[in-house]
Amino acid sequence: MWHAMAHRLNALVGNAACGGRSLPLVRGLLLLVLLTVSATVCHARGRHPQNDGSRPAAFQWADTQWGRVLLMKDYNTRIVIFGVAVLGGASGLVGSFTLLRKRALMGDALSHASLPGIAIAFIAANWFGGNEKSLLWLLVGATASGLLGVAVILVIRNQTRLKEDAALGIVLSVFFGAGVALLGVIQQMDTGHAAGLEGFVYGKTASMRAADAKLIAVTSLIVIAGCLILFKELKLLCFDEGFAGAQGFPVVALDVGLMSMVVLVTIVGLQAVGLVLMIALLVIPAAAARFWTETMWRMMLWAALLGTCGSIVGGLVSALFPGLPSGAMIVLVCSIFFFISMMLGTRRGVLIRFLRRLRLNRRIDRQHLLRAMYEQIEKHSGGQAGRDLALRTNRRTPVTIDQLLSMRSWSRRRLCRAIDQADEDELLRMHEGTCKLTQAGFTEAARLTRQHRLWEMYLIAYADVATANVDRDADKIEHVLAPEVIDQLEDLLDEQGMMIPVPISPHGIVNDDPTAVAGNPPDRSPEAST
Amino acid sequence: MLNPQERTDETNLPTAARDDGSGADVPLSVYDLTVAYHRKPVIWDVGFDLPAGQLIGIVGPNGAGKSTLLKAVMDLIPRASGRVRIFGDTYRDNRHRVGYVPQRESVDWQFPVSALDVVAMGLYDKIGWCRPVRKKHRDQAREALTRVGIGDLADRQISQLSGGQQQRTFLARALVQDADLYLMDEPFAAVDAATERAIVEILRDLKARGKTAAVIHHDLQTVPEYFDYVVLLNMRVVAHGAVEETFTQDNLQKTYGGRLTLLDEVTEAMRRRESSI
Amino acid sequence: MISETSLSMTGPFLSMTGPFLSMTGKAPCLGFSWSWMLDGWIVVVGALSAVASSLLGNFLVLRKMSMLGDAITHAVLPGIAVAFLVSQTRSSLPMFVGAVVVGLLTALFTEWIRGAGGVDEGASMGVVFTSLFALGLVILVQTADAVDLDPNCVLYGSIELTPLDTVAVLGYQVPRAAAVLSVVTVINALFVLLFFKELRLTSFDPALATTMGFSSTWMHYGLMVLVSVTAVACFESVGSILVVAMFVVPAAAAYMLTDRLGVMIAISVALAIISAVLGHLMALSIPTWIGYRSTTTSGMIAVAAGGLFFAAATFGPRHGVVVKLVRRQLLSLRILCDDIVASLFRGEELEHPAPKTTWLAGELFASTWSMKMALTLLRRRGEVVVHDDALRLTEIGRERGQRLVRSHRLWEQYLVDRAGSGAERIHDQAERFEHFTDRNLRDELARETDAPVEDPHGRPIPDEN
Repeated sequence: MWHAMAHRLNALVGNAACGGRSLPLVRGLLLLVLLTVSATVCHARGRHPQNDGSRPAAFQWADTQWGRVLLMKDYNTRIVIFGVAVLGGASGLVGSFTLLRKRALMGDALSHASLPGIAIAFIAANWFGGNEKSLLWLLVGATASGLLGVAVILVIRNQTRLKEDAALGIVLSVFFGAGVALLGVIQQMDTGHAAGLEGFVYGKTASMRAADAKLIAVTSLIVIAGCLILFKELKLLCFDEGFAGAQGFPVVALDVGLMSMVVLVTIVGLQAVGLVLMIALLVIPAAAARFWTETMWRMMLWAALLGTCGSIVGGLVSALFPGLPSGAMIVLVCSIFFFISMMLGTRRGVLIRFLRRLRLNRRIDRQHLLRAMYEQIEKHSGGQAGRDLALRTNRRTPVTIDQLLSMRSWSRRRLCRAIDQADEDELLRMHEGTCKLTQAGFTEAARLTRQHRLWEMYLIAYADVATANVDRDADKIEHVLAPEVIDQLEDLLDEQGMMIPVPISPHGIVNDDPTAVAGNPPDRSPEAST
Repeated sequence: MLNPQERTDETNLPTAARDDGSGADVPLSVYDLTVAYHRKPVIWDVGFDLPAGQLIGIVGPNGAGKSTLLKAVMDLIPRASGRVRIFGDTYRDNRHRVGYVPQRESVDWQFPVSALDVVAMGLYDKIGWCRPVRKKHRDQAREALTRVGIGDLADRQISQLSGGQQQRTFLARALVQDADLYLMDEPFAAVDAATERAIVEILRDLKARGKTAAVIHHDLQTVPEYFDYVVLLNMRVVAHGAVEETFTQDNLQKTYGGRLTLLDEVTEAMRRRESSI
Repeated sequence: MISETSLSMTGPFLSMTGPFLSMTGKAPCLGFSWSWMLDGWIVVVGALSAVASSLLGNFLVLRKMSMLGDAITHAVLPGIAVAFLVSQTRSSLPMFVGAVVVGLLTALFTEWIRGAGGVDEGASMGVVFTSLFALGLVILVQTADAVDLDPNCVLYGSIELTPLDTVAVLGYQVPRAAAVLSVVTVINALFVLLFFKELRLTSFDPALATTMGFSSTWMHYGLMVLVSVTAVACFESVGSILVVAMFVVPAAAAYMLTDRLGVMIAISVALAIISAVLGHLMALSIPTWIGYRSTTTSGMIAVAAGGLFFAAATFGPRHGVVVKLVRRQLLSLRILCDDIVASLFRGEELEHPAPKTTWLAGELFASTWSMKMALTLLRRRGEVVVHDDALRLTEIGRERGQRLVRSHRLWEQYLVDRAGSGAERIHDQAERFEHFTDRNLRDELARETDAPVEDPHGRPIPDEN
């Protein structure tokens, strides 16, 4: 039954998320995790899917402590791992939304705000002679006071001139203070050693019971389903609230829906794994996931995955080494994941961004080098600037490194590196301290110089246009500026004798097709005439 | 329907004033619209009818309440008073006939969505609750992106688009809504020349298909070239009408120059009084 | 009797050594016992930690960094734990060093993740403080035998036990917490006083401050150091969450009451002290109403501060929610009075018969209730008399009506002259302005419009006097 569910869930995720291409790797990993989890549950229910007796060697190994933990022989370990894994997945999903809604710390305020609700529920149950440790009542109380906290935050933010951060701080501390005061009373009650309440802050992950795990599973599934069903609407809410409102989506209702899901996950998790862990599970996997992808559904998948994996690994580690509290270990594993993601993330990681910047610098250096070469050749052609033929015949004019060095503010080391690389790409030949352009190098240098001069002319001629937003780094100026503008600029350049005709591409690639480029007015494209 | 300029004095009120269900062919009619942020009135007693099938420029100095006007029309901010009718009915009832292009700064461009995703958001209303975006919708969105000239950038994350391309993405999102009235909040702000031309072409294309577009615009020089009809706004409507008649030096002076010092004074008195009681 | 004596003494807390040691006052009206030796010191410790925190809190709130206070208070746990482990003492200095290091690390990491990773500020804070807190927890559990520090104590504090742990200062036995907190409070106060100008500038406009040579970065980290120190100093006594409450709540409440930074700081300090006193009284008294003994003071101090914030946000004279609401109601009442007088004046002008109340209410879109209120007010002012349900102006009322109608018609003239609005649309605007037009403005209007005798609709503009 759990296998079936895992499959269905995976299919559901796939469907809701299906971008143009599916991502087999991520899906595969998700499936793996879900299978692990379902296997765990099967163990927990006493059904062993594998044939235990068939491999005695493994069996022996399985009797060691590591083996017992890693194969999850202990009933308790299974329960704990299952509970935190599902919880990690669900909070990763919800956390993605709150992160993108810029409300990452809402979970923080919310979890603190639920304390007085729990305490009041406990006292009420005690007064009315009910079972004061009845989980249901504690959860109802926690949810009520959590939602009240959210409401107060929204009221403070909208009705007073305080900003969101202050609203969060006020609700968090005052509600928690009230809760602490109530706990002070509870401790004096006859029945009240308040066992259920002590794990509130640090959690009692290690002593999670099957009932807790079941509750977590049910709630998490509700929340996961909610996230997937409302994926499109919540995405719009997080991206562009104003547009969502203009489209007629009930923004407030959606917001309340999202916050209720946060409350649900938080409260259930709180009672099982503690306050700080819950905040961490909401924030860290989602923030880590952002480094790996630029697509929303993939980000959610990553977040769920990281949350689940982090929880499983953290739980296992704490089971292996006695004395490591499992809640804290899960947080630490998650933050290691975060650190790795931040460094190595393929989309926004620090490393990839550093490499990108390096590549950009190299490109700029190469452009500067080729332009400097071209200008030297121009000089050599004796004021024949812009006269194509003279330049072409002088193409192989040797230029010394010192000449190039004097043209810009670059260091010799940097210049030599740029020259080496251009040499490698056969744009120029380096020989005994002098450089000569190749045919391809000359064509590229002419193109770059022309583009640079057109841009300069544009900035002079159209100084009133918002130049900051012009894509100056565009590979071809034609992509950005209208043909008439370029004509006009070329005329201006021609007047000053600086005109460079459009060079012929050395590779013979036809990439000047005007209908394919970005800057083209749409009336040229066939679709626009409909 | 008569152009407001041609009406006799008795009918010079916007059709929204009568509110008898007439004016189904008036794309947007505003009557007695007042909006205040906190204690500060931003627009006062604004009223006009927009003619159908034309390009309308909404022009006025900074802080004249142009964006506020559009937002109030779409019920995005509460109105202190006034009535708004879209094709003779409330915004709520005719919402699907309105396309909105917000200011570019209004969203977080680091958000993990592609240009295609953003455009597809314009279809969410049609797709309906809880239903996924299907291939059909993505094709539609891709087509809209091609129409605005950036079909080849559909799968880029939006922060990797230039300012002009981001603006075009927003425009494409409005286009897929296939509305009859488009409300655009400064689509020409800080875009490159090519994008500006592209947007103008799109606007003309919309007009040719019988749509109406009300566009907040900053650059006074291009107003006569781009628009047929103009609304001059500075906290109140200074003038509105066909661009040849209304876009005069005199009216511009009233909108931009010649500050009505006594109006400022009474505003200040209102504010003072309201806080001192 | 004895408690009265001690109450009337100036500075009863400091002089409370020797002979006062065994003194226990009874306050029968409140129904709980009060001992100056214990409760007095508890209040002092609470007030000191509240003042120390709220001094800095003003700038946290204004810089929109309230949650950084929360983050640091959680994050210093590993710093304290390591300091304990290394120094093996409960003395304050290593603890402060550990806390400052970790507090600065929190601020640095948050900034780094935000800057280098492009993660939004709240999230980066969340990542950092939960990780550090977890690390601290692991260290504490691992070294449970070496370190005698109960995490619960860090979180909830144990303000009730502070008077028991004393040190000798100038020959007096003073609770250690009070001594430490006094030092921290003085440091914070000096910081705020000396760098008041710089703090104000860097909080308001960091970029400008940096260009002017006041590095906002240094100010930021300076503030973070003090926040960490304060957090640690308050931990032992009041617990981490109460520190957050004291950082944010009094400052936020003060922000509701004033628009000036200096006043805001003063108010927040006063509110901090009040909430400490009130909080302890509440902790002692409230549980006794339902038959229990006193409860946690630190929690109740937070609740008291929350109550003060609620009062300030609701009834604050300038920004209070209720005040804004009442102000709006009063204004609409005043406008209704004006409208009644003006329309009665116009009716007299046209020699219509005196109108009935109900008819006028319909004409002015006024509810029966507000009409009743307005008429009561007008009759008390002697501007309107009611005869057989018909309304008439008195002489005073007629004068007032004349002034209003004059304002109205002058505005109409002005708007047609200057604003170029169509004559049909003018009435509504003039309607709104007339209520806010005093004698000076009227004269100026008359001058600007060349003192007309008729408005654009051709109706006479009444003369003043």
